[in-house]
Amino acid sequence: MTRLNELTIAAARDGLAKGEFSARELAEAHIAAMESARRLNLFITETPERALAMADAADARRRRGEAGLLDGIPLAVKDLFCTEDVLTTAGSHILDGFHPPYESTVTANLWRAGAVLLGKTNLDEFAMGSSNMTSHYGPVESPWRRKGDNRPLVPGGSSGGSAAAVAARVTAGAIGTDTGGSIRQPAAFCGIVGMKPTYGRCSRWGIVAFASSLDQAGPLTRTVRDAAIMLRAMAGHDPRDSTSVDRPVPDYEAALSGDIRGLRVGIPKEYRVDGMPDEIEALWRRGVQWLEEAGATTIEVSLPHTKYALPTYYIIAPAEASSNLARYDGVRYGLRVPGRTPTEMYEATRGEGFGAEVKRRVLIGTYVLSAGYYDAYYNKARKVRALILRDFTEAFESVDVLLTPTAPSTAFAQGEKMDDPIAMYLNDVFTVPANLSGLPGISVPAAMAEDGLPLGLQVIGRAFDEETMLRVAHVIETAAGFDAEPAFVAGR
Amino acid sequence: MAVDRTTVAHIAKLARIRIDAEQQDALTADLNNILSWIEQLSELDTEGVAPMTSVVEMRLPQRPDAVTDGNCRDKILRNAPETMHGFFVVPKVVE
Repeated sequence: MTRLNELTIAAARDGLAKGEFSARELAEAHIAAMESARRLNLFITETPERALAMADAADARRRRGEAGLLDGIPLAVKDLFCTEDVLTTAGSHILDGFHPPYESTVTANLWRAGAVLLGKTNLDEFAMGSSNMTSHYGPVESPWRRKGDNRPLVPGGSSGGSAAAVAARVTAGAIGTDTGGSIRQPAAFCGIVGMKPTYGRCSRWGIVAFASSLDQAGPLTRTVRDAAIMLRAMAGHDPRDSTSVDRPVPDYEAALSGDIRGLRVGIPKEYRVDGMPDEIEALWRRGVQWLEEAGATTIEVSLPHTKYALPTYYIIAPAEASSNLARYDGVRYGLRVPGRTPTEMYEATRGEGFGAEVKRRVLIGTYVLSAGYYDAYYNKARKVRALILRDFTEAFESVDVLLTPTAPSTAFAQGEKMDDPIAMYLNDVFTVPANLSGLPGISVPAAMAEDGLPLGLQVIGRAFDEETMLRVAHVIETAAGFDAEPAFVAGR
Repeated sequence: MAVDRTTVAHIAKLARIRIDAEQQDALTADLNNILSWIEQLSELDTEGVAPMTSVVEMRLPQRPDAVTDGNCRDKILRNAPETMHGFFVVPKVVE
């Protein structure tokens, strides 16, 4: 029998339903897996006691015949979601010791469905990064290794701990947040599935805010089916988030019919960027072929403002961040560095509490919002953002989904790309446009590159049509038959 | 639009972040690098384009202006670095 910590969510769910094992046994196997993987620095806080208590409660519910959608399934939670009475750090020194007195809506939804909290995963500080190198709690190490090279690699970011934990079989599922690619890029680097739902699909209430018009929660799993199962439990209207939409949540798993005959798939020509490795281009072509073989039609489409997406993002996201992060002042929670006056205290607290990347972004944001520059930068970016959305709206008049690569490279080594912020930002070239336009996107592991590391393909869907997007992703997953495993698998 | 050390110091002041002298040089270089990169937006003609205000087309919901939460002073104060008599404590503001 497969080790319990290596089961997918769907398999664990079915095993629990058949009584093959208990939620407690499942939780114990995952706790052991979590402990065996400590050198990867996946978790900021492990919650084994809570996991066992939640698992016992799940077993009791099942005996009473009241099991929910995810009853007894252990999950890891990015440490950006507030969890009641469990340390929540956002990967930052400035939130030292913060134990939220409330639970985020998405995690509350998961617990209501019966899921079990394994722990809080490591991340780039305030979710600002693509490498997980900016965490105050140290970098996460990917469970993967390059062929013939033993250097530690980054898992991608910012949901790096979540992605690496799923890849290393420490957990079958994790949640993350995606502001510019922070679920999809680490999923591609770690050879797993990562989905950003449509903006508004999942409530942002209780998620430490980075850029409020871009942030969206989503699942990281090893299969498309598991992503569908998790999204159903996470999503739903929440009156406490005014951008959360009041729409019924479909049974996403039921959408995985495997039938995409007649579907129109757009191939955006502007995503063929300079310097893209040949093997990524080749994988993209293979993706086109897989979808055509399954009966879809592929059409080249144009998204003319694609090249402006990253610079637009790097105005809007820092602007929103500079405003959101104004609340960290050393008065109500977290770190306080003393000063003689309140202003001195704020400056000392924020000077010591924020890391280098967070400071850069808060300063950029403050600058583009300051008098005299607001129109030239911030308003300009909001106009270009409208043009980027219009590109997608026009493309979706003739296609049902878009197919692109997820990231322009495989995972890099820890320490690489650290000297040049822009080289780091370029990781998100294919993922940022979906955030700017609010559209759902999913990364599916599709092949292994020359260097022995996974590559992902991205499917972008219409707003609130995660079902079609998932159906296409499932077809790619089946055709790709990706079964490579990382160098480190917990418990082996 | 290039920024110099003085401008960076001014922005840091606005953002209430203390920056050491040696950090200031590195940040000035970083900020100039990033700003000159985002400068490419200026080549786009956006005359007559309305700035995007809502990601997903929706009307903001309204609700009755009623108290729905609160009465949890101690829960809120529990995370504060310093409290006294049910209040947050800050350095002296008024002499």
